[in-house]
Amino acid sequence: MTLNEVQDTIIEEFEIFTDWMDKYNYLIELSKDLPAIDPKFKTNEYLISGCQSKVWLHAGMENGKIRFTADSDAIITKGIIALLIRVLDNRPPEEIMNVDLYFIDRIGLKQNLSPTRSNGLLSMVKQMKLYALAYNAKNKKEQI
Amino acid sequence: MSLDITKIRNDFPILSQQVYGKPLVYFDNGATTQKPRAVIDKINELHASTNSSIHRGIHYLSEQATEAYEAARENIRAFINARHAHEIIFTSGATGSINAVAFSFGEKYVKEGDEIVITAMEHHANIVPWQMLCERKGARLKVIPFNENGELKQEELLPLLSDKTKLIAVTQVSNTLGTINDVKSIIRIAHENDIPVLVDGAQAIQHLNVDVQDLDCEFYVFSGHKIYGPTGIGVLYGKEKWLNELPPYQGGGDMVDTVTLEKTTYNELPLKFEAGTTNYIGAIGLGTAIDYLKETGISEIHEWEQKLFSYANQKLSAVEGIRIFGTAKEKIAIFSFLLGNIHQYDAGMLLDKMGIAVRTGTHCTQPIMQQFGISGTIRASLAFYNTTEEVDRLLEALAKVKEMLG
Repeated sequence: MTLNEVQDTIIEEFEIFTDWMDKYNYLIELSKDLPAIDPKFKTNEYLISGCQSKVWLHAGMENGKIRFTADSDAIITKGIIALLIRVLDNRPPEEIMNVDLYFIDRIGLKQNLSPTRSNGLLSMVKQMKLYALAYNAKNKKEQI
Repeated sequence: MSLDITKIRNDFPILSQQVYGKPLVYFDNGATTQKPRAVIDKINELHASTNSSIHRGIHYLSEQATEAYEAARENIRAFINARHAHEIIFTSGATGSINAVAFSFGEKYVKEGDEIVITAMEHHANIVPWQMLCERKGARLKVIPFNENGELKQEELLPLLSDKTKLIAVTQVSNTLGTINDVKSIIRIAHENDIPVLVDGAQAIQHLNVDVQDLDCEFYVFSGHKIYGPTGIGVLYGKEKWLNELPPYQGGGDMVDTVTLEKTTYNELPLKFEAGTTNYIGAIGLGTAIDYLKETGISEIHEWEQKLFSYANQKLSAVEGIRIFGTAKEKIAIFSFLLGNIHQYDAGMLLDKMGIAVRTGTHCTQPIMQQFGISGTIRASLAFYNTTEEVDRLLEALAKVKEMLG
């Protein structure tokens, strides 16, 4: 699936929920499926700052694509991270750098991304894009 | 006589709304309180009919505005029983007031090696300005600790004091623990050692009877928006003698007597500390809020808050797996808690969607969190317009949170 096809699938999945509690229940479920981050990355170095909940994020490169792993001490935050990873994991850096994550707004989680929520999701998206930028620069350098 | 809660709730237009299709339960009063219609109307009316720069104009509107502003000052004087109206300085809020004292007092009295005493349960606003002062002057901060119930270890105060202690800054009520501190005895001990005291009344003024002459503190500060008044207005009470001695902390219009390009002499109290065009609409709005409280009945309000506290305290304490941080004998209806191992942020998000407004996080008191070894709490802070039914709603919602996350 293309990146946008994944976003559209997520939007469809959330369309069946009319109640906020059902949405959160689903996020709680998703949090359980998030692949575990290697414990050696659960350090302050990988902690995204400015969050009420702690979020650890690691990015590595595999066959020209970025592999993300992450964790959080808050379950709902972890569920939202699981969605972000579903969309952005295993994609080439250029695609992540330029992504428009429209699904966040469409499933009603935009407020969780506003800086005022200070839950680190905005920082998280920024950090994912920064990783992409860094790997992209590294790739280019290696090609030269 | 007891309060007519239905009438009171009707006085606060914001309370009748629904959020996410659920009736709003507003339990974030420690952060800010809602405004009665009287205050909202007054602010509108002032903008519509009285707006004019105070203390300057010779025209009708300016005189009306000035008169209302000074009447608000007198109103606040009476409310906290200050001796003189010119001991009431309008600021931007409790934070602004503390920063003003930290700067002015610091400039005049604090030098290298001196000490300022605070407590471990202060809001950041009553920590950081003193740390900044200490950095500027090479002074040191000393801290009175608190016990596991969230009560100050007052016996540790005296050993902290020395001839280097220049000031004690202490909160009357903790915004996180709800503890009511015995500031009167702290002030007595301070005075026996010739040390002035600043009391942070941001969480006290709306819940307790405050009499600054009885307390005998040198400075008392609070914010308008936490006592049902507008935001952006606050009060610095200072004893006349101290305010006369302190240098101004901001220069500008209205605070001057004569200005030449070589030298300026300052105006008298209170204008010496009110540089620039002040927030007179906020000040008058705050006066209106106090009028509203008086008309509603201060002792009736306090009595109802006591009942709400007892009810909520009993109900919350009985919740299985709850940890309440702050169980002092004397406290107000602020409840900081955690449910089992559930993250406060998860709980807060779910409560929000159930229509319940609480605060989660550290509540600008990170040292308290450090002492308890936690990253934050859920805080429900109640006001007199809250009801026992709303407490029940919180309890039901917490049960749902446990069911979903537990």
